[in-house]
Amino acid sequence: MQLFAFLTGLALATALWSGVQAINAEARASYDAAAATLGEGQFDQIAPRVGDTIAQADYLSLRRQGWLVSPIIEGDLGGVRLLGFDPLSSPAGFGVGQVAGTGDLGAFLNPGQLFANAETAAQLVVSVPVVIDPTIAPGIAVGDIGVVQRLLGRSDISRLLVQSDQPMQRPELSDVAPHLRLQAAGQTADMGELTDSFHLNLTAFGLLSFAVGLFIVYSTIGLAFEQRRGMVRTLRALGVPLSRLISLMVAEVLLLAFVGASIGIVLGYAIAALLLPDVAMTLRGLYGAEVAGTLQFRFSWWGSGLAIAVIGAVAAAGIRLLQIARMPLLASARPRAWAMTSVRAQRVQAICAGILLGGACVLALAGQGLTAGFALLGCFLVGAALLLPLLVRPVLTLAERVAKGPVARWFWADTRQQLPGLSLALMALLLAISANIGVATMVSSFRLTFVAFLDQRLAPELYVEAADEAQAYAIEDGMMAQGVTVLPLLTVETEVADLPARLFGVRVGPTYRENWKFLDAVPDAWDQVNAGQAAVTNEQLARRANLWVGDDIDIAPGLSLPIAAIVADYGNPRGQVVVSEALFRDLHPDVTPRQFGLRTDDPVAARHVLTSDLGVDDGAITDQAALKAFSLQVFERTFTVTAALNVLTMAVAGFAMLMSLLTLADLRVPQLAPVWALGLTRRRIGRLELLRAVVFAVVVCLFALPVGLGLAWVLLAIINVEAFGWRLPMFLFPLDYARLGLYAMLAAVAAAVWPAVRLMRTPPSALLKVFAHER
Amino acid sequence: MNVKVLCLLVLFPIAALAQGFAGLGTDADGFAVPQPEPEFNFPADHGPHPDYRIEWWYLTANLQAADGTAYGLQWTLFRSALAPGEGEGWTSPQVWFAHAAVTTPSHHFATERFARGGIGLAGVEHAPFRAWIDEWALEGPDFDTLSLRAQGADFAYDMNLQAQGPLVFHGQRGFSVKSAEGQASYYYSQPFYQIAGTLMLPDGPVDVSGSAWLDREWSSQPLSDTQSGWDWFSLSFEDGNKLMGFQLRQRDGSTYSASTWIGPDGTTTAYPDGAFVADPLTQSRVVGRDVPTTWRVQLADRGVDVEVDAVNPNAWMPLSIPYWEGPVTMSGSHEGVGYLEMTGYE
Amino acid sequence: MKTKAQILHLSGVEKSFDGADGPVPILRGVDLSLAAGETLALTGESGSGKSTLLHIAGGLEMADAGAVHVAGHDLTGMSDTQRAAVRCTEVAVVFQQFNLIPSLTVADNISFQARLAGRVDGEFVADLARKLGLTEQMRKYPEALSGGQQQRVAIARAIAARPKVLLADEPTGNLDESTAADVLGQLLALVAETGAGLMLVTHSPAIAARMDRQLHLSKGRVA
Repeated sequence: MQLFAFLTGLALATALWSGVQAINAEARASYDAAAATLGEGQFDQIAPRVGDTIAQADYLSLRRQGWLVSPIIEGDLGGVRLLGFDPLSSPAGFGVGQVAGTGDLGAFLNPGQLFANAETAAQLVVSVPVVIDPTIAPGIAVGDIGVVQRLLGRSDISRLLVQSDQPMQRPELSDVAPHLRLQAAGQTADMGELTDSFHLNLTAFGLLSFAVGLFIVYSTIGLAFEQRRGMVRTLRALGVPLSRLISLMVAEVLLLAFVGASIGIVLGYAIAALLLPDVAMTLRGLYGAEVAGTLQFRFSWWGSGLAIAVIGAVAAAGIRLLQIARMPLLASARPRAWAMTSVRAQRVQAICAGILLGGACVLALAGQGLTAGFALLGCFLVGAALLLPLLVRPVLTLAERVAKGPVARWFWADTRQQLPGLSLALMALLLAISANIGVATMVSSFRLTFVAFLDQRLAPELYVEAADEAQAYAIEDGMMAQGVTVLPLLTVETEVADLPARLFGVRVGPTYRENWKFLDAVPDAWDQVNAGQAAVTNEQLARRANLWVGDDIDIAPGLSLPIAAIVADYGNPRGQVVVSEALFRDLHPDVTPRQFGLRTDDPVAARHVLTSDLGVDDGAITDQAALKAFSLQVFERTFTVTAALNVLTMAVAGFAMLMSLLTLADLRVPQLAPVWALGLTRRRIGRLELLRAVVFAVVVCLFALPVGLGLAWVLLAIINVEAFGWRLPMFLFPLDYARLGLYAMLAAVAAAVWPAVRLMRTPPSALLKVFAHER
Repeated sequence: MNVKVLCLLVLFPIAALAQGFAGLGTDADGFAVPQPEPEFNFPADHGPHPDYRIEWWYLTANLQAADGTAYGLQWTLFRSALAPGEGEGWTSPQVWFAHAAVTTPSHHFATERFARGGIGLAGVEHAPFRAWIDEWALEGPDFDTLSLRAQGADFAYDMNLQAQGPLVFHGQRGFSVKSAEGQASYYYSQPFYQIAGTLMLPDGPVDVSGSAWLDREWSSQPLSDTQSGWDWFSLSFEDGNKLMGFQLRQRDGSTYSASTWIGPDGTTTAYPDGAFVADPLTQSRVVGRDVPTTWRVQLADRGVDVEVDAVNPNAWMPLSIPYWEGPVTMSGSHEGVGYLEMTGYE
Repeated sequence: MKTKAQILHLSGVEKSFDGADGPVPILRGVDLSLAAGETLALTGESGSGKSTLLHIAGGLEMADAGAVHVAGHDLTGMSDTQRAAVRCTEVAVVFQQFNLIPSLTVADNISFQARLAGRVDGEFVADLARKLGLTEQMRKYPEALSGGQQQRVAIARAIAARPKVLLADEPTGNLDESTAADVLGQLLALVAETGAGLMLVTHSPAIAARMDRQLHLSKGRVA
């Protein structure tokens, strides 16, 4: 029984922890591979100030004036990111795997090859041979720049790598190519950074589970040692040295820890393998980051899982061993009432809770950045958990005072006495329920907001992408002739207020006026935008630039416009600025719209005209419903993982409760025997034990509600703003909370059933032994 | 390992040559092969010959500053074809690379560049003459009047050249045999340049002048796979005569040599294998390897028996293709200056 | 003997426990009766079955065979719940140790069984506490009391419930000699006051001598 509890506790703890770590490790490895495939991070780069391409002539002219730069082209081909580079001019240290290895330069350059991992290679439909190279990051194929340009049908360059050693004399970049800018190494958008919040989220869950699991181990070890006090005493009395006994027990704990942790790692692998596809989907949908769908057995996570499990088990055992070591040789071996907390310990706990909650307040008011956000979350949750027993105690005392009958009074008094022994389990339950409430609130709030946002933003019934410029003009003219409102998508990557952002030119009309809901705006916002007098920015850009409605924002060199409105944008983490179509065309005459939104009452007819009359490929037309469905799917996937972990956390909390109760059950016998002797049946006592679990669950649920809502608020108003740049409105979902409360109660009752039944079946002789035999 | 280095090692004949010919195939793989009795067509032949596997424009100069300090300078543009012929844009099979160096009695500066053909980053045009890679260039209205630029992280130079004599042709009127099995190249030189200009060194600019020697050579099957390296000498005697001589070291310890005696008016006498003798006298420890930096060079037919000394024994080119290249002085039967290139001492 | 009402009557009681080699008989047909106001000492060797007999008399354990009558109730064939009710209202037990409910105060402990039996009487309890010198300890929890005080609380609780039968199993076995004498004296005085019958298990001849009657058990039989 104890062995089972020990192994299960440690295995569960290690499983969730190493599972999460495995997912994180896999994702990080994928990012690293992506970064290493480029190997770009280590070099300064030259990028366009506006847009995302550099003319090849700029590359030539830079080289011809002494700038040692090397071209990179990047583009999407059927969902695969093609990356082209020039092996001759690329700096030393660039390139990975076979691309840098067994180079057959002739074959690489002409007719050309692509390098990709097997998964990506299967996706590629290209005219050149694809070489399988497992070290290439998922979703990426690498080739010679000439080959990639040819495959993408382009003749430009995406960016330039700057070699670290440059010649003695060269002109300033601004003299050679004023439209390009130099980015210092490492400043380019790093996938790791963007996705950090997501991984931190997972890690937090993992840590929570681990803490709960460790608690299980701690109580099991406690019980085991408690029961061995007698044996230890006897053995010592027989002359076995204490050090020998302790080292034997340490060895036993270590052995069991290894076994438990190993089971846990296997389970963790299973969890990770199960969740990884969803995680990959989430990361792709949310950040465009590619993560391999298959899990590798990496030392980084199983090693850390094993280490932390063993260290945790030994630490838990250490505390108990210390107690045994200090035990006087002939001390009574009778079990004390389970770890009665002293007044002093309670005071320390109260002070800790106060400090943590105070810290949370300070962080909420003054904290900056994602790390502060998560620190706030940690302080708040741990503080609340520490506070729990302190708040529950007076409630139980009050209940005892109010109670009438002797059994009721005893029930409440006994419940209160149980509190120290169960408080860790209750804290675990509190954290699990709070996390569930918080995440449920966040997800549901997000969902409501996001669906409304999709309805708002995805107004056009059809979206069409032109194959080339000529077709673009044909679509615009042809559709307008059909009486269809055509909304061109004019967009360019640029810098706004010194931040990377996407600039949009829109044809102001009813679609925008009626559908776009602003977070804040001047009264005639669209009129001002239409007149080229103002711009609309999305929330994340406004927050990042620290600007709001009425402030001026730098749109282009020498052009600064007031912000007429701020629009909520839940689709992406990047900045966006919207100006009128006319202004956009003035600023970027070279940008021709290729994508159009079409407003029509008869999408089927419009589609027919597009495909049959205008020669548009059917695959280039997306209808609104499909787009919405896709967006929602991305969204749903985003939270599948969190939800799954939530359920697991709850299960672990329930298990922790079961283990605590079972552990306590043996120690409960002396506490319950007098009550039984005085005239309560075992059945009744068992029922009361069940009721006690329900009481605990109810109390914890009541306490978890405000904690969970606080958690949701932190997630929505602080973490989200830091991680994505937008704040979400918070909605309440009482039914969901009631359901969660019910689940928690079920978990508690389920955890209490077995111990209660065991109690009911305890033979009277076992109960009577309490009174007669010295223990 | 960097992609570049590896590709070079495996694929570039010139790389293999410098590395000691390991694994070099001697078949021509569809490339044109030099034929005896060549008929050159100038100025077109100053330009590239993309049907041949390798080609170079190889300039060395012995320079002197006003204070009498001796300097050496090298500028070489290599063309190496992955396949014969030209292609559009990035598909061009022509790969270009270049080496530049300045040698002082105490320092040696060297750097290199790489570029793809086809997109305009590097190439050679014959009229007006222009050989360039990135911002480096050897160019002028014709082959006799040229300016020269190159730079690295710690040095640069800007020179002007004026030819004082005619082109000279090595071997059989420019058909230069490189081994007993008959491997050969087209090989001519302009050894009569006067050169003057400025070296930019870490301590500041130095005005220098002197003489320069430009070699032009192209081939498709340069060397025999039994050969492990070469020692090449270009020597300018104070009496106005010049001597080009090289020996190809066989793996069995024997050598294959060839040389050209150039009179002050440009008249040439080609000598067959064995006439030109070069024996190493002392070795120098250079970047972890022994390199002979003092030689006894003999050409009995012309009474030449000189000791050739490196101006700076540490003139190692630590590039993708490492080799030794630096200015030398002569004493003995003749006095003078020259350049020495040694490969295969890796 | 027959003049007073029989409040406890056991006849032909047999009990055995499961041992490694089959059932081990503990009681082999014991007959016993106790009248109201009578005190009976049950003595015997360790393992003679005296504690088991006391448990059976208190309805805490079931006899394998024989009849058990407590205050007119036939415990044979009673359900767990019924027996618990008898235990609560008619019997009070004082064990050697761990009599008290650790989560309740002394006051609550004393009145617990009385409340359960529905006959709590505040004055009576206060009087008991005073007589047993527990007035100062009423608000304390058992763990704060000495062994003698704990046994006094157990006695107070037993008396407070006003049972007809008071069973005591080595009630002073864990106490030092002088405390034991005090506690036993108080117990006997209170039993005399309430008129309950007392059966007391002891291995001490001195204690047994203070009872009205002695019964010696040997190998599961009355000697």
